[in-house]
Amino acid sequence: MQRQPEKLSGPGNDHVQAKLERRRARRASLFEPQMLRVACWQAVLMLQPRVMARNPVMFITEIGAALTTLVLVTEMFANRETLAYTLAVTMILWLTVLFANFAEALAESRGKAQADTLKRTRRSTHARRVVNGGEEKISSDELREGDVVLVAAGEVIPSDGEVVEGAASVDESAITGESAPVVREAGGDRSGVTGGTRVLSDQLRIRITAGAGESFLDRMIALVEGAERQKTPNELALTVTLAGLTLAFLMVTGALWPIGRYFGVNLPIPTLIALLICLIPTTIGALLAAIGLAGMDRALSANVLAKSGKAVELAGDIDTLLLDKTGTITMGDRQATAYFPLPGVTGEQLAEAAMRASFGDQTPEGKSIVRLGEKTLGPEAPSETPQARIIAFTAQTRLSGLDLPDGNSYRKGAADAVQAYVKEHGSPIPPALQGLVESVARQGSTPIVVAENQNLLGVVALSDVLKPGIRDRFDRLRAMGLRVIMVTGDNPLTAAAIAEQAGVDDYIAEARPEDKLEYIRREQRAGRLIAMMGDGTNDAPALAQADIGIAMNSGTQAAKEAGNMVDLDSDPTKLIEVIEIGKQLLMTRGALTTFSIANDVAKYFAIVPAMFMLAIPQLAALNIMGLATPGSAIISALIFNAIIIPLLIPIAIKGVRYRPMGADSILRRNLLIYGLGGLLAPFAGIKLIDLALSLMGIF
Amino acid sequence: MSIFFITLMLGGAALLSWPLGQAMTWAMSPPRQQEGFRFRIEKVLQRLGGKIIIAEQNWKQYVLALLLFNSVMFAVVFAVLALQPLLPLNPDARGAIEPSLIFHTVASFTANTNLQHYAGELTMSYFSQLFGLMWLQFVSAATGIAALTALARGLSGSSGLGNFYNDLLRATLLILLPLATTGAAILVLGGVVMTLDGAALATTIEGANQTIARGPVAAFVAIKQLGTNGGGFFGANSTHPFENPTFLTNVVECMFIMLVPMACVWMFGRLTGRLRHAAVIFLVMGALLAVKVGFANYLESAPSAAFTGLPVAAAANLEGKELRFGTAAGPTWGVLTTATSNGSVNCMHDSLNPLTGLIALTGMWFNVSFGGVGVGMINMFLYIIVGVFISGMMVGRTPEYLGRKVETREMKFALLAILVHPLLILGGTALFAATPWGAATVQDQGFHGFSEILYEFSSAAANNGSGFEGLGDNTAAWNVATAIVMLLGRFLPIILPLAIAGSLAAKKPAPATAGTLRTDTPLFGLVILGSVVFIGALLFLPVAVLGPIAEHLASGG
Repeated sequence: MQRQPEKLSGPGNDHVQAKLERRRARRASLFEPQMLRVACWQAVLMLQPRVMARNPVMFITEIGAALTTLVLVTEMFANRETLAYTLAVTMILWLTVLFANFAEALAESRGKAQADTLKRTRRSTHARRVVNGGEEKISSDELREGDVVLVAAGEVIPSDGEVVEGAASVDESAITGESAPVVREAGGDRSGVTGGTRVLSDQLRIRITAGAGESFLDRMIALVEGAERQKTPNELALTVTLAGLTLAFLMVTGALWPIGRYFGVNLPIPTLIALLICLIPTTIGALLAAIGLAGMDRALSANVLAKSGKAVELAGDIDTLLLDKTGTITMGDRQATAYFPLPGVTGEQLAEAAMRASFGDQTPEGKSIVRLGEKTLGPEAPSETPQARIIAFTAQTRLSGLDLPDGNSYRKGAADAVQAYVKEHGSPIPPALQGLVESVARQGSTPIVVAENQNLLGVVALSDVLKPGIRDRFDRLRAMGLRVIMVTGDNPLTAAAIAEQAGVDDYIAEARPEDKLEYIRREQRAGRLIAMMGDGTNDAPALAQADIGIAMNSGTQAAKEAGNMVDLDSDPTKLIEVIEIGKQLLMTRGALTTFSIANDVAKYFAIVPAMFMLAIPQLAALNIMGLATPGSAIISALIFNAIIIPLLIPIAIKGVRYRPMGADSILRRNLLIYGLGGLLAPFAGIKLIDLALSLMGIF
Repeated sequence: MSIFFITLMLGGAALLSWPLGQAMTWAMSPPRQQEGFRFRIEKVLQRLGGKIIIAEQNWKQYVLALLLFNSVMFAVVFAVLALQPLLPLNPDARGAIEPSLIFHTVASFTANTNLQHYAGELTMSYFSQLFGLMWLQFVSAATGIAALTALARGLSGSSGLGNFYNDLLRATLLILLPLATTGAAILVLGGVVMTLDGAALATTIEGANQTIARGPVAAFVAIKQLGTNGGGFFGANSTHPFENPTFLTNVVECMFIMLVPMACVWMFGRLTGRLRHAAVIFLVMGALLAVKVGFANYLESAPSAAFTGLPVAAAANLEGKELRFGTAAGPTWGVLTTATSNGSVNCMHDSLNPLTGLIALTGMWFNVSFGGVGVGMINMFLYIIVGVFISGMMVGRTPEYLGRKVETREMKFALLAILVHPLLILGGTALFAATPWGAATVQDQGFHGFSEILYEFSSAAANNGSGFEGLGDNTAAWNVATAIVMLLGRFLPIILPLAIAGSLAAKKPAPATAGTLRTDTPLFGLVILGSVVFIGALLFLPVAVLGPIAEHLASGG
């Protein structure tokens, strides 16, 4: 069976556009009513301390809320005049906790919604399991790793597996959204099949590699749903940092009570708790889990299955990219572009001979030589002779051509192969040939040598065309500090030329899988983090060695097991997207942390004068926002502190705006927006809330 | 005039710190070749130290050696002070010292704090001053330099942090001793007293008999200023005409305060091979210091609030100043001494205008505008780690410092080390303000009294040692509490950073790319400045408001 061209080997821009559209459509809008309802309910369920304890900042907030509730109850019996104030503080504190839970629940439900679209492919089907030569019908849920099943045309593949026998076209649209069927066959690099996809032709014998509930998809679903979520290293470090800050502010507010005694002030517990909750980083504490979940969610909606959250986070640290030349940097099909005749040979002679030699060649390269010949020679172009004997291309001879009935023979092929052929027939090798071959190779093209009747005529250049815009893209990557390494099977001369044209930093020419592995190890020894993409079994060691190894879904099971991500689209440029997702994830965390801490200044100015205003009236001078009363100042700060959480949910879930820039420019930008913005925004926000409260006549 | 001298002092110290940094790097690094001057010196050190100084130590061994040495020193000096009546060099026959005061004093000098709840000329014999206290002034400063050296070695990736005993010898004999000897000579030339004779007896013009205390002052003052110790030979510290007789000695002593802490930044840069990074840190510290000096002089140029409405000519706040130095000398020294964890004084801090007092407090809260010898830079390292962590995420990478990833373990240690400081200050202040331990010992009620308590704990925790005064602080409660605060405030922020260094050293460094946060740019300076100011402001704003700011507002300022 003929191998179909790999579906992404030549994606034009519209192709990519279409895919992005599809992906967008699959993505739920931020606040979908259905999700909101689920998230609201979930937010309440998550109030139980066992769940809250995972998040120290919000746990302290919940304890604070519980304490003010106790104060509220005692005040109800004592009938104090502060009842309304305490009630307000209590309500806002509980609301703060609920908002935080809501943020996490919303991110989780979005993950679930993503997962559900994938899960639809997971419905249990029948499977024909091979037992002792015969076959038995069982449910796909009962499949175990290592089982062998038969899947014929029209049937659904019951679980992830590897083709052990046969070849078939498979419709994978359920997973990738791609309508064109792809070929899956035993032995090669296209042997991996995914559960839930449909065989369109022929029959496959498949060895199941993942039992029910263990496939990549299942694992990924668990990750985005939050059930199995483990904190990633950076998330853990940030949690520790936030816990430290919380502890610090616990000390600050804790010390205020005895200090108040020195001044003869008895600070009310709800006020102290209000100050504490305003100071501890509740904003980032509330959104931290949502940010992490949203990162996984973004990876999933880019059709990438990550084996862990850690991998997505690590992607942001990558500093070297190993990209295959063909299909990633270049369009992947080489085209004849120019003639280089030897001295004494005309271009027309060479064009005619090259055309004749390629008549029997059905490869894209061969066809392109015929096309170029027709263009060059116009009406003079020769036509095919039916009686000609076609010499087909083989990997051993590495040349092709044809013998005409009139005795003329034409050959074309790799430089050394054609020279050997000519030498065999006793003809001389013109000394100019070597120079021609090398100059063509140096330009990044593949030299094809043409001979007519054992006489060498010249060289046809086959060039690989760069993908449009690839250079700009690499420039952007370089601005972000990434090095791009091109991996190619071409000879060093060609590789160097293409590397130059594409603007990559380095290349591995005549690359064998072990070269890749060696390169990765060398870079890692220098402290670099490497990402690569691969599909074949022989890529597996390199995929495993790389810090981020993305296996193509079309690839072999070995490759998928070795990498730490699987790209369902099998799109080689996906690496870049994954890195951006990782960077965005970290940036969002940093930006919201900065924002959260910067907010504290304004809150201090609202609360500290308010706390001591009665005992120390001179502190009114610090009430620079001109807040109406001490009560409204504290309540306003607390309200701001609470509503900023839902207001920032969109940023947490979508991530801060990402631009490919150098570290310093990104930092300057984010410091300006989230640092300075975080410093100023609450002054305005608290003042507005205070105005609204006093207009309404509350406090 | 005063601006000219202030600029001259700050600029002069900054200029001198550059060659001193070079010399300190030379002294603290092992000899590069197996020959030459430095190698011969190393041989001498090895003969002095014996086998113990040769073995390379990992961070745990280094910390252990540091603690062990300091414990031994603590015990030895404790014995010296306790046995004072039996020991020689006691021409004025100073008697036994109260035990809680001994505990406090030894803790204070071991911790490079030199908070003094006694007056040297009345309590200590020359032997106690020289072989108890001055000895500690040397080795506690050397401990700081050694710790910074070890930190720098860890950050440049070596898993062995060196050998503490060796570093201690190098810092003491190759840096502090020559420096202090030169310093003492300059001071003697300037008129500072240096004698082993007992107190002089004089008859005044009115015929009264006067006992004038004296002693080996110049030697003591030189290391007191250079080693950010701050403990005076006399109770009056550098306001005393025998410690600081003239305008000129005042300028020299001011420069001594800053010299070594400044040079420590350059040494850090050289040892880590990041001189540009060190320059950014130096500028940030320098900017903080310059702003504080400027504000203090401005605020102190207004008369004390007590003068408002009185028919007197408007002048700067002259209360508690030594006018022989000029009016600017008080606030300038006050800022320098609190910003560097030195703690010597040349004016009465209790008499500073409230907001000037706040600037002194701020210096001790931040404790990084050059900070103590060695430890100032170590403190800055902690702020850098926090700053790097948060801004590092903002550039979209796992935060890293000098190529090594900052993760959970590092953050845990860094935050603990940073939190020790506010815990000791706020906790101590809260405890003493709410109980008679503190509330009954203050001279003034209300805001100023609160500031007195706050200042004492800030000074102890920052290992500063200056006193706001106005506090009856030689009580068992104050002695024990501040002694504990000083020891914790000294050693935890040395141990934890070394633990971080050990942990970072074990990581593989990543080469810098355009995507890495650069540590040698003005932007990075802004990041660490922000991290110092934000952490400081957020932790201490409430107490600042209740003490100096409320006092300022209440006095109609």
